[in-house]
Amino acid sequence: MTNENAPHAPRVGARANYLNASYGVRSWLLTSDHKRIAVMYLIGVTVFFAIGGLAAALIRLELLTPAGDVFQAETYNKIFTTHGIMMVFFFMIPGIPAVLGNFLVPLMIGAKDLAFPRINLLSWYLYIIGGLTALWAVVHGGLDTGWTFYTPYSTVYSNGWVVVTAVGIFIAGFSSILTGLNFLVTIHTMRAPGMHWTRMPLFCWGMYAASIIQILGTPVVAITILLVGAERLFHLGIFDPAQGGDPVLFQHLFWFYSHPAVYIMILPAMAVISELVTAFSRKPIFGYKFIAGSSIAIAVLSFLVWGHHMFVSGQSVYAGLVFSVLSFLVAIPSAIKVFNWTATLYKGSVSYQTPLLYALGFIGLFTFGGLTGLFLACLGLDIHVHDTYFIVAHFHYIMVGGTIMAYLGGLHYWWPKISGKMYPEYWSRVSAWVIFIGFNLTFFPQFIVGYLGMPRRYHAYPEEFQVLNVMSTAGASILGIGYLIPLVYFIWSMRYGQDAADNPWGATGLEWETPSPPPTENFPETPVVTGIAYDYLTGKEEAAVG
Amino acid sequence: MGSSTHAADVAARDAPPELRHHFVDMEAQKEASALGMWIFLVTEVLFFGGMFTAYVIYRAAYTRAFEGASNLLDLKLGAFNTVVLILSSLTMALAVWAGQQGKKALIILFLLLTVLLGSTFLGVKVVEYKQKFARHEVPGPHFVVPMDEATHQPLPRQAEMFFSLYFCMTGLHALHMIIGIGLLLWLVARARRGDFTVRYNTPVDMVGLYWHFVDIVWIFLFPLLYLLGRHTL
Amino acid sequence: MHFLPDQASTFAGHVDALYLFLIAVTAFFSLLIGVLVVVFAIKYRRRSADEVALEVHESGLLEIVWTVIPFVIVMVMFFWGASVFFRITRPPSNAIDIYVTAKQWMWKLQHTDGRREMNELHVPVGQPVRLTMASEDVIHSFYVPAFRFKRDVVPGRFSVAWFEATKPGKYHLFCAEYCGTRHSNMIGWIYVMTPADYEAWLAGGTPGETLASAGAKRFVENACNTCHGEQKGARGPSLNGLFGRAVRLQNGQTVVADEAYIRESIVNSQAKLVEGYPPIMPTFQGLISEEGLLQLTAYIKSLSPAAAASAAAPAATPAPERMSTKP
Repeated sequence: MTNENAPHAPRVGARANYLNASYGVRSWLLTSDHKRIAVMYLIGVTVFFAIGGLAAALIRLELLTPAGDVFQAETYNKIFTTHGIMMVFFFMIPGIPAVLGNFLVPLMIGAKDLAFPRINLLSWYLYIIGGLTALWAVVHGGLDTGWTFYTPYSTVYSNGWVVVTAVGIFIAGFSSILTGLNFLVTIHTMRAPGMHWTRMPLFCWGMYAASIIQILGTPVVAITILLVGAERLFHLGIFDPAQGGDPVLFQHLFWFYSHPAVYIMILPAMAVISELVTAFSRKPIFGYKFIAGSSIAIAVLSFLVWGHHMFVSGQSVYAGLVFSVLSFLVAIPSAIKVFNWTATLYKGSVSYQTPLLYALGFIGLFTFGGLTGLFLACLGLDIHVHDTYFIVAHFHYIMVGGTIMAYLGGLHYWWPKISGKMYPEYWSRVSAWVIFIGFNLTFFPQFIVGYLGMPRRYHAYPEEFQVLNVMSTAGASILGIGYLIPLVYFIWSMRYGQDAADNPWGATGLEWETPSPPPTENFPETPVVTGIAYDYLTGKEEAAVG
Repeated sequence: MGSSTHAADVAARDAPPELRHHFVDMEAQKEASALGMWIFLVTEVLFFGGMFTAYVIYRAAYTRAFEGASNLLDLKLGAFNTVVLILSSLTMALAVWAGQQGKKALIILFLLLTVLLGSTFLGVKVVEYKQKFARHEVPGPHFVVPMDEATHQPLPRQAEMFFSLYFCMTGLHALHMIIGIGLLLWLVARARRGDFTVRYNTPVDMVGLYWHFVDIVWIFLFPLLYLLGRHTL
Repeated sequence: MHFLPDQASTFAGHVDALYLFLIAVTAFFSLLIGVLVVVFAIKYRRRSADEVALEVHESGLLEIVWTVIPFVIVMVMFFWGASVFFRITRPPSNAIDIYVTAKQWMWKLQHTDGRREMNELHVPVGQPVRLTMASEDVIHSFYVPAFRFKRDVVPGRFSVAWFEATKPGKYHLFCAEYCGTRHSNMIGWIYVMTPADYEAWLAGGTPGETLASAGAKRFVENACNTCHGEQKGARGPSLNGLFGRAVRLQNGQTVVADEAYIRESIVNSQAKLVEGYPPIMPTFQGLISEEGLLQLTAYIKSLSPAAAASAAAPAATPAPERMSTKP
């Protein structure tokens, strides 16, 4: 039975797969299937991204003119706080691990599920409850501390919903910890026979490294946020200078997690890029061991650099020196990855499908954005650019130009596997370009206006900064459209998209040896692995290109 | 890279009822459970670690205030609680042993003893907290700077910080004990149903690990809060 | 449109030179990777559906090369950045003192002669200025882009930083640490004046009560003088000539009595007990405002000969009650 001529025929093939295995809301909300949980996360992160994105649109709207004439100051402060909290805790941190990681890690290692499927479902519930709690605070008047909760403003002076939001973030943090725990145990104990560590796809290495950070870092921000809430509720003085508390201690505890957190955001993204570059060059990745090793190196080093957020806080000169040199060192493993990806393209067989466009965009933007991080590691420079739009531009280059592009690239690459459908290639390429152009127009001017001195979190600014802000807002409008297009066609494809083959890209990897979409149990028989990862060339020497 | 039928798939058809479908065999399931629990305990170390860090830093900054306040804690009750908790770890270990033997009655007995000892600990903590409320040693608007027992002068004002940390740290520990007792009662219910056999006793094992961890946290809390710089017994 | 703010301080040029170096490195590597990626994607584009790539052997040597070269480059950046940082964080000894109190949402600046300014600061060209800053409430940050000067003002401690202006003009002052509702309005101007103009500005206008004399009043209000007297057997150490001197502590350490030492000794008196004195000084944590602590510090500084000499013209108010140097 074909589907092309029968628009009302069952859309997702006639074969039993995880999507049609059972119907009804209960079968989803009580599922223990990692693939269904991944799809539920996909819906969740998309909703929170939309909320955070709406906040971003409002910010850029206000910043079109130098005067604070769209919103009152307090409202604006609540808007940028909402943007930060929604994006960081409810989109970026869960993002790739909870959606792509959940779906793919068991498939890639030849397992039937994650080690703890019910804890995986609990993770999702915690994420949703945490998100709804934070959203409740937004709807009932909001929070104006910034996502960074610096004390004593957050504990003593703010009039917003500090405790409620803190609770929401705490709950979501627990979700993040459980996801990381699940991945670590799964990768350690459930790899299929023959899947040695050195045969594991680099996507799994990236997930593993990010999970280490989730396990070690998140508990520290959890206790810190709990103490902030306790201080506010019970008038404790742990961070309140009036009682002898130290606001800088809060910063140390907060950034001890929040710096590694950004590597929770980027390591999975890099993991996706490794998969995309090799698949669309149709050759083994260059420097597998170095890419795998650099992921672990980044995870370790990421815990040693947090003080670079505090160079002007009054920490000692010597602390500044130590954090500066370590912050420079953490850039090296990322550079190694970029060189290895570039070398993978060399003498490859490169195909320009949408996932590769996102991968190439990532490589360019992450390289540039990562290099701007060196400006911030540099003590003499950071003094001037700290807390200006230069910082805002830097982290958006990495998070948006980096992670979100990798997320979209991965979503496109694995969409056939997840949904059993192909998305429309023409529109996907159009939106990739729109996003690339819109993104650069939004954030590049922010480097300039930041070095000129425009501080961040300002809703009114001196007139001489207006031209650059207008450019940035124009870019943001384009970027917004760029994000809407895939939302539309992904949903469209679920009903009207072409049925996908089991391996539409001709890629290696156990996930492509299952049907699209896979059956609930992933593999009817446990696979046995006998070759290296990215085994494109074995037995194909005679077809080599000149 | 190829795939072929694995012998374990055949074995899975004769699997025991406790085997979850995504594990190859009980061995793998047990290994995963243990690794999972250890990783969780690592996160707990980091979780408590944040507060321990704050405590160490402030103690170094406000040594006299903290020492003076520390001497106001009831050493006898603290020591009693330490003994109670160590004993409860013993009974927990015995419960794990009984689980490995599959001896249902003993499992239940030792679990209940552990619950009893844990509850005693919590009861003593309630008594200590009530003492503090009575003496206005609770941080907040009703806090009164206590007198130094040695010099009969008021302690430096940063003594309130000591009590903030005292309540947060022991409070978080007590919360973990309450959760632990809940887990123990769940184990008792399962044991009564006959869930734990020689072949399968992992849940008892895992809760045992958790309980020992909560004990170890107290082993660190007790000297840090009660013993350092103590003037008199 | 310009890309760099005014260079109006002695370190602005150094910061910009470093910036341009980093821009050059960034541009080079971004272009290198960008061009390589595009060239490879085009040159090695797939020409037939079943085409397979040419095997390229891995190269440990290449990995080492592209690890070592970035390492060397970032080390250059680190050392250069650290040297600029040392320049920025070491105030010269001939700096004049300005005391800054930050509070939601304004800057109060005081010259040693008592002149008060609100959200504005007048300084002469070519004179190092040392800002000793305190916050009454939350964390703020004193940021002058044209000077490339920024330092957080953290409640519970003094923040000390310096600059030397090199070009007359009017420059933005921003608060650069989010501090609540009117954070974007906590802005002002730094007026850098030629020495002649600065003298003229000083001469006009009324200096108010100096910080030091206000501090003298607080000294008495808080009964500091009952212990810190000059008589033999005084319960507390003498404060005459204390500022800037080395102090021997009970634990054998020696510290220099700077602003931070003075502030800490008031607020957490047990932290650094002076050798030979009983540990009976009460702690004033939470009992004296940040501005009060600044005033007391200014007063104690004025009791040292070097500090007293560099203080500005005496106030028009009656002479402050000074500790008697006679028995």
